[in-house]
Amino acid sequence: MITHKRHGPEILPLELIDVDYKAGGQRLIKDMTCSFNTSRRSVIIGPNGAGKSLFLRLCHGLLKPSSGSINWLGEGAQQGRDYITHRQAMVFQRPVMLRRSVVANIDYALSLKGISKQTRKDITESVLQRTGLRRKADHPARVLSGGEQQRLALARAWAMTPEVLFLDEPTANLDPAATHAVEEIITAIHGTGTCIIMTSHDLGQAKRMADDILFLHRGRLLEHAPVAEFFKNPQNDLAQAFVQGELLWWNRGQGSRNRPHKPKQNQHNNKQE
Amino acid sequence: MNDFSTAFGTAFSLMINLDSALVEIVGLSLHVSLTAVLFAALIGLPVGAAMALFRFPGRSIISVILSALMGLPPVVVGLFVYLLLSRAGPFGVLGLLFSPTAMIIAQTLLVTPIIAALTRQVIEDLWNEYEDQLRSLGAGPARALPTLLWDGRFSLITTILAGFGRASGEVGAVMIVGGNIDHVTRVMTTSIALEVSKGDLALALGLGIILIFLSIGVSGTAFLVRRMAEQRHG
Amino acid sequence: MTKHLSIITMLIGMIFTSFSHTTFAASPYITVASTTSTKNSGLYDYLLPEFTRQTGIDVRIIAVGTGQAIRLAKAGDADVLLVHHKSSELAFVAEGYGLNRLDVMYNDFVIIGPASDPASIKNYDNTIEAFKSIAASKAVFMSRGDDSGTYKKELSLWQQAGIDVKSHSGTWYRETGSGMGATLNTASGMGGYTLSDRATWLKFSNKGDLEILVEGDPTLFNQYGIILVSQARHPHTKSTLAQTFIDWITSPDGQDLIDRYRIDGQRAFFANARPKIQ
Repeated sequence: MITHKRHGPEILPLELIDVDYKAGGQRLIKDMTCSFNTSRRSVIIGPNGAGKSLFLRLCHGLLKPSSGSINWLGEGAQQGRDYITHRQAMVFQRPVMLRRSVVANIDYALSLKGISKQTRKDITESVLQRTGLRRKADHPARVLSGGEQQRLALARAWAMTPEVLFLDEPTANLDPAATHAVEEIITAIHGTGTCIIMTSHDLGQAKRMADDILFLHRGRLLEHAPVAEFFKNPQNDLAQAFVQGELLWWNRGQGSRNRPHKPKQNQHNNKQE
Repeated sequence: MNDFSTAFGTAFSLMINLDSALVEIVGLSLHVSLTAVLFAALIGLPVGAAMALFRFPGRSIISVILSALMGLPPVVVGLFVYLLLSRAGPFGVLGLLFSPTAMIIAQTLLVTPIIAALTRQVIEDLWNEYEDQLRSLGAGPARALPTLLWDGRFSLITTILAGFGRASGEVGAVMIVGGNIDHVTRVMTTSIALEVSKGDLALALGLGIILIFLSIGVSGTAFLVRRMAEQRHG
Repeated sequence: MTKHLSIITMLIGMIFTSFSHTTFAASPYITVASTTSTKNSGLYDYLLPEFTRQTGIDVRIIAVGTGQAIRLAKAGDADVLLVHHKSSELAFVAEGYGLNRLDVMYNDFVIIGPASDPASIKNYDNTIEAFKSIAASKAVFMSRGDDSGTYKKELSLWQQAGIDVKSHSGTWYRETGSGMGATLNTASGMGGYTLSDRATWLKFSNKGDLEILVEGDPTLFNQYGIILVSQARHPHTKSTLAQTFIDWITSPDGQDLIDRYRIDGQRAFFANARPKIQ
């Protein structure tokens, strides 16, 4: 197994209370209240524009809520901002690779965490092996294929030994083989005791990867339930429609909890980007 | 125009014979302009990057001033440095007027705003792309600054080249602060100005042709470096 | 990474090797503020190597207009002033910036114009009459329009001719605001008249169809003077070295060299330093 371990007290659980996020005069995240515990895998689903990415960024601390609070309740949260930051990692939909080699990309991330040079080498070696990138170690990161870049992003995140790993549509741009490889790596990372919080627009992936499902719509969290329960019997009618593959459409300007309507004639299924 | 054919003839005979006066002038030109660009890069790169990364009061004013300074006439910079370095000026005691050092100072002032303004643009674009990832890894703007300068290195080569172009091509500033002294502060551009004033247009144009070859050489080298590196690093 | 380092090393190497081209020799030097006309005549290129050979002192010439040269010297940015406008020079000394003005040499001004000579001034032996004729025919006249000794001389000639050139500025009377060479280039391009010192004219290569139309009038006499910048005023000036130069250029050796200087076989300067009295 992986040679490096996490040390120090945990920062989980994570708790959001009445979180609002406004941008350009619009409320994009509304009255969000929820919490996340150790070792669970949560998948956030919902139509485009539901606020899934914003939600992840708020949790990860890349955005500040306009009102409400986001709190890490674990003992480790006492150790300050940097500690909290370094207990988390995030993988983005489009991986951001520095213009340097595969090894150097991981090494850079580790150096930000203040890890010594020798340890960095060991960790890098280990995560490259586990993500199947060892042969590419000295290649420039930017010339890797999309799937390889996403694997590298996961390797880099893994190297940080995060307690919580956020993933924003990590397979959105990948073919089935690459998607499979990425899901396996996520599962392996979860296997080392990492809490997984990811967004997805792929219901199949949500079923495969989730312990819990969060259903977001128009900036609101409409349902938060264990995966089996959610797919068997969604409580919210919007969630029901979504699971059944219907388009979510309603009259603009009205309240957000209106009943969904059938798609209009020319609209396509919005599960595809 | 008979001057044209004569000019090319003059240029080639100067180059082929490696005319010693020419070698000296070209050497001094490169020395002054490259040193100025080196200093300008040492100042302009971090300043431009900081402008892109940090929000502070007066930032937009500084930004506008920087852009305006990009178009500053070399003569004005020359005059400014002249007044500073003149014996009657505040730095007169250093005795730097009419020396290559004075020329380097003037050209550094001339080139720094260009490098800073262009760097700002490059780094701003990069930061848009990298911000979430770097913040996620725990790197704020201060830690990101050197990272972005390194990652933007290929675009920044072009930025530095633009600076070199301005330095090597200007005559106004080096003429005033250097004085065009033979064997001491005479460079390509001031030689050209001198030959024009002597009415020797063919020789002036010949020197101009050599200056163009020099510029092509420098930017060609930079272009190749950039291409090779880009192929390697993507 | 190593590749980039090697490129950086190469660049730094280039910068330092280029150092070797600049003569940062330890040899002593003085700075002389002088005029473009003297510089462009080639006289210094001929004279100074001999002085340096004899004394080991380098002479750095800053060639600007007479007015600018005087301002340079007043600011203490030169050790010696060698220009050609006697009244300004005397004022410089009177104001305490310099010590003891000495005559060095003279040459003369000539009126240059197109061979077609639209104002028909050729063979006039009176400069003032020639100027009047140019003004009367409104033929293009290129003036230096800067702060040079030549320009000051030209203005005094117009004044004697009773012509207010300022009122014609931009019509037939055109001020280039540049050095003698640039003004000759413009005159050559526009087919205009101009006043030039003889040395610059002889050395000038872009003559086109310009030629000397008026010369030899005693009014066109052009005296050069040399002044040591006062060390009392500017303690950093290299007074001793500078005095060596002044002594040499006014000595029989220096004077003889000046007399022997030829441009295209023609004599350009006439040495006329008088033996030092003070």
